[in-house]
Amino acid sequence: MTEADLVVIGAGPAGMSAARAAADAGLSVVLLDEQRKAGGQIYRDVVRAAKVRADILGPDFHKGLELVHALRHANIHHITGATVWQIERNTRVAYTVEGAASFVTGKCLLIATGALERPIPVPGWTLPGAMTAGAAQILLKQSGMLVENAVLAGCGPLLYLVAAQMCRAGTPPQALVETQSTANILAAVLHHGMGAIQGWRQLAKGLGLLSELRSSGVKRFTGASAIAIEGSEHVEAIRFTARGRRQRVECSTVLLHHGVVANTQTARSIGVPHHWDELQRAFVPEKNKWGRTVHPQVYIAGDGAGIGGADAAAITGRIAALAIAGELGAITQAERDAAALPLRRDLRRELAARPFIDRAYPPYGGALSPADETIICRCEEVTAGDIRKYAKIGCRGPNQTKAFGRPGMGPCQGRYCGLTVTELLAAANGLSPQDTGYYRIRPPIKPVTLGELAGLAKQIEDEKETAQ
Amino acid sequence: MKTASQLRKLADGSRLVRVTFAGTDFQLREGGNLAAEMLAAGIGPFRYTPVSGAPRNPYCMMGACFDCLVEIDGVIRQACMMEVREGLSISRPAAGEAEHD
Repeated sequence: MTEADLVVIGAGPAGMSAARAAADAGLSVVLLDEQRKAGGQIYRDVVRAAKVRADILGPDFHKGLELVHALRHANIHHITGATVWQIERNTRVAYTVEGAASFVTGKCLLIATGALERPIPVPGWTLPGAMTAGAAQILLKQSGMLVENAVLAGCGPLLYLVAAQMCRAGTPPQALVETQSTANILAAVLHHGMGAIQGWRQLAKGLGLLSELRSSGVKRFTGASAIAIEGSEHVEAIRFTARGRRQRVECSTVLLHHGVVANTQTARSIGVPHHWDELQRAFVPEKNKWGRTVHPQVYIAGDGAGIGGADAAAITGRIAALAIAGELGAITQAERDAAALPLRRDLRRELAARPFIDRAYPPYGGALSPADETIICRCEEVTAGDIRKYAKIGCRGPNQTKAFGRPGMGPCQGRYCGLTVTELLAAANGLSPQDTGYYRIRPPIKPVTLGELAGLAKQIEDEKETAQ
Repeated sequence: MKTASQLRKLADGSRLVRVTFAGTDFQLREGGNLAAEMLAAGIGPFRYTPVSGAPRNPYCMMGACFDCLVEIDGVIRQACMMEVREGLSISRPAAGEAEHD
């Protein structure tokens, strides 16, 4: 049974920066992360990858190095390869490393579990060869692998970044199939032009990527709709409508992406309330400006608290760490507030362009409301039509759909169907996503074997003896 | 079972070790991400779904989608969360859960 002032779940930008800031304030920190190397997904394997693949990955990737190096601190115990599967009494965290389960209890807990790719159920998205754009990034960063003969489909800045990286590496995509329209961009300029100006740094990066793509001659289709992936045993082509007619591009991989959403599994598993965020079109956890949830010892930072990107995540991690240090008496309230002031200013600047980006690159409508025959729950192979049918016979909420047809009950526990089920039910029942709600997430939030559970028995006995 | 590799590997000089998948030997880079190395070796599909028997390969590569499930030493594991080790004996998870009811 280990104890620490602060337990952090997730070693991405938010978790890493929080761990260091808390350690600097004198707190003992246990940092748990599922990967063997710090960095999270955005800075995956950054120490190694930045050395050998900097030319392909681009300058932003290097920011992760500083965060990883900052973990070298006497107060930080970084446990790698640690899969968290349950949280009890809000701050007692059960996790497994290499088949051995353990507990660690913090005076405070910081959830920094980041983002997931927004589910993008289009016909054929379950075929081998259909992957997320994020998966292509991970293959490149961690394994030095480049996807050949691929088409990128969906929308958003990540799509451009992946495309540009593929071009730099000499494996340009066959095409970019983009779902946003000129009208979306115009609406973004009209409604959020000021934000765009304040957040010019982010937008300049985007424009830079676009000009890189133009000069490499990658074929771009915008305003694409009716996207479907073809193939019997593997991806063979992508079909879509653009430029007023049906198009077909042969390829062996389709990389899908239309934004990322907060990964809410961990927070939901301990009953942190969430609300629907219309602009992000996803649920976000409820928290105050320090990241503190309804459970006073539990904080959330980074993209898991709502999408803001890697730089914003690192800032919110620091802000949460200050609040925790203040709460535990390591710093005074005045010190906390003074240190937070410049961070909040930086955060405002980082987030300034977000509304513009969200409006310019809205999620692909064809994946928010898929055709009846499209699979929306990959694990249990439940279709959009199934969900609509359940609604017709009286099903009001996502939890009830489980009894009708098992969506969300497979191994991914709803991570890649939850938002779709909410949207489908909401539309069918004429309710808001907020009133429709989301799956109840129960532990274990990752699989645990009976052997691992049994191994915990001794730890629990020891704990009882200590308590007596 | 084998489909053409669609991944180009940047050279890194790692040692190759032998693993078996569904009874066939493959040489994969030691310490590499198991799912990535399997994809690059053209191994697939990783599994067939228990519901319809449809073929599946990795989708998210970050431990969230569970589409890269394989069986190793009797335990069903996420290949994208594992490293290549010499002598790994990997198989497709037994399908048939759907027959239980």
